[in-house]
Amino acid sequence: MSALGFERFSYTYPGKERPALREISVAIEAGEFVVCTGLSASGKSTLLRAASGLVPHFHGGAASGRVVVGGLDTRDHGPGDLARVAGTLLQDPETQVVMQTVGAELAFPLENRGLSRAAVARGVEEIALTLSIAELLERPVEELSGGELQRVALGAALAARPSLVLLDEPTSQLDPVAGDELIWTLRRLNEEWGTAVLLIEHRLERCLAHADRVLVLSDGELVCDAPPSEMLGWAAEHQPALQTPAARLFERAGLRPPPSGVKEARATLQSHGLLDGVAPHDVGEQASPRSRSRWSRRAQPAEQSALSCRGLSFELPDGREVLNNVELSLLPGEQTALMGRNGAGKSTLLRILAGLDDATEGKVESEGRVALLLQNPGDYLIHERVDGEVGADVLADFGLEDLAASHPRDISGGQRQRLALGIVLSGERPSAVLLDEPTRGMDRAAKGDLISRLNALSAAGTAVLVATHDTELAAALAQRVLLLSGGRIVADAPTAEVLSGGWHFATETARVLGGQGQACTPEEGGALLRARMTIEAAP
Amino acid sequence: MNAGSNSTVLLRARSSVCALYGFALVAFALAFTHPLVLLAVAAATFGAARLSGVQRQLRGAVRFAIPLALMLAVINGILVRDGVTVLWRFGELPLFGQLDLTGEAFAYGFLLALRVVVIIAASALLVAIVDPDDVLRRMRRSAFRSALTAALATRMIGVLTRDARRMDQARRCRPDGGGSGRRAQLLMVGSVAAGALDRAVDVAATLELRGYATRVAPPRGDSVPYARADRAVLASAVGLLALLITGVVFGLANFEPYPRITVATDLTELLYAALIVLAALAAPIIGERGRRR
Repeated sequence: MSALGFERFSYTYPGKERPALREISVAIEAGEFVVCTGLSASGKSTLLRAASGLVPHFHGGAASGRVVVGGLDTRDHGPGDLARVAGTLLQDPETQVVMQTVGAELAFPLENRGLSRAAVARGVEEIALTLSIAELLERPVEELSGGELQRVALGAALAARPSLVLLDEPTSQLDPVAGDELIWTLRRLNEEWGTAVLLIEHRLERCLAHADRVLVLSDGELVCDAPPSEMLGWAAEHQPALQTPAARLFERAGLRPPPSGVKEARATLQSHGLLDGVAPHDVGEQASPRSRSRWSRRAQPAEQSALSCRGLSFELPDGREVLNNVELSLLPGEQTALMGRNGAGKSTLLRILAGLDDATEGKVESEGRVALLLQNPGDYLIHERVDGEVGADVLADFGLEDLAASHPRDISGGQRQRLALGIVLSGERPSAVLLDEPTRGMDRAAKGDLISRLNALSAAGTAVLVATHDTELAAALAQRVLLLSGGRIVADAPTAEVLSGGWHFATETARVLGGQGQACTPEEGGALLRARMTIEAAP
Repeated sequence: MNAGSNSTVLLRARSSVCALYGFALVAFALAFTHPLVLLAVAAATFGAARLSGVQRQLRGAVRFAIPLALMLAVINGILVRDGVTVLWRFGELPLFGQLDLTGEAFAYGFLLALRVVVIIAASALLVAIVDPDDVLRRMRRSAFRSALTAALATRMIGVLTRDARRMDQARRCRPDGGGSGRRAQLLMVGSVAAGALDRAVDVAATLELRGYATRVAPPRGDSVPYARADRAVLASAVGLLALLITGVVFGLANFEPYPRITVATDLTELLYAALIVLAALAAPIIGERGRRR
């Protein structure tokens, strides 16, 4: 019996004409680790909701075909029944916790299964240890950060040890370390308990190496169902936006087959002799000249800063220190990434720089207006129509003029992001733009669009500061990376230097190449490898 | 409450006895206007909060209550014409009629203000020491739908509060500051309310996915025996309720504000007030001592 089976399943949301899923037929066997991906609005989340029984029981709409979860047909069994065999984690962790404390949240699904008090206590303890959240057990959920909430919600989904786990972008709010740990935990549960995993993820580089199969959805249809390496080959031909950085690196270097992860990529490079005899960072000067020329501008005097702060500290009312003596200066046109683990103080720093919060100590100076795009673009949308939010000229600038009469809640995530960016950038040109996790839940095409817009802003002299966990975005956009830890800036260096030398705070390209040439992007890495191959091929 | 082994007695005890304890204190403030009793309940409430480490929550509630209470005191002084000690005679005013400010009206107004502060403080203590999750868990056995609604509502308060806070921050990020005044506020309220339905659906979906609707009863005999903290708080709560009933039945702590303030202040009232404080603080003090030993 399959852990999950779709048989010619189609589904249309109420009030919509186009089906969200069309004729999906796929089976996930017990003990399989399956990743599902696709561009935005391709039907991934709907597929997961169908597997958990929310579609159609909770959302209504028209469905045909059948979905069987652990032997239970979703036509006869609702989400409550399916919860006995499937644990589900949806996208927004904020609405994924229902109790007041972490301990109660983890106990909740176990109590609902009628377990004894001792079994509930053991289950809570075990899942808390598994996900490293034991220290949070007594904390009220109101006090948790987004990353912590996500881990707690995952714990609640896994607590009853379901035979199938359904996860919708569980790493979207996690820093690289926590994200990697989470994927490893899922793999461990998969291997040790035989739990089948269906994981929806945009950042394929994080999870592809662990996957047995990859499903690709496009416009509600299942267009690829293959092992990771084959899927990458398919993506190169049909949907290049789904290629991982390592796959793009190989493509640019003319190597085959595309690797599913860092280990496989390094093994291939080693077999070609492309990782031998090159000490880390010794080819970097040629690899990223753009970074270096832009970086040199940092040496200019502080009075030319677009935005700066001195001695910035921030304490919470309970005395907890969030920022400690932060010194920062952004030059006009400079693009900087602000990185650090969850809870390091990134969002707080952005809010203080934009004047939303007051620092406990220290001073912020800016050349002009400071625009801030907060994490959730939907928070900016308060009118009944898109054209109520901004003027027609801004809508045209951001390619949204066709949506002028739509309700802001009815437009896609990427369109909302553009609209929110249009709102904060409308009017007088800001001297600095700050963005807080702008690529959460974004596919690579939307990310590319965002990068182009930020490059245009930067070219016009606006300083850009992006708080992000996305190392690929940082490498593609920024010339400089600030690493925040414990409320202090612990590293402030060119992007290539920060993102090529580490393991967690490093791009996949840098991890594949082991820091060679400080190459961080597939383009830089591809050039480096081609150069090496040319040298080796020369007589 | 959400308490581990290191927390205080009132936070360790089970919700049902904590709720009884908290309700008893609130009931005293509702049943009596005698200043000695109100002061005793205030002392008991703040003492219990301090011993339980929840004084911060109480301070917040009292800060909110004081302006309200002061307004009540002033309004009572201005509008109530009873009392014989006239401080200021305004004479005949249109609509209001004869308007006199009396000492009794002001004194009673301040007493009402004290009562409001004590009720809010005792309620804040009740909220701080009772675990809502445990209450919902117990409610669910007898009233499934009410508990579901309550679970959804309690979660939604937090979610919508944070939504509103974030949306307000986003509004302030607009180049024009998002406007000001009533129209901007209405837009914000409308937007949060419009999102409330989506949020409620998401939270309800999570309840479904965690198996709330198909809850299986726990095995028989799975109840937890009363621990020392439970017994201590229960004893205090029963003591308080006994004092409350005795006071009401025997008409203790009599107080008449008009026409002249009459406050019974003999040994009985003093003893009654002292017993209230002792009964309330017995659990946190004795429970902690027993634990340290």
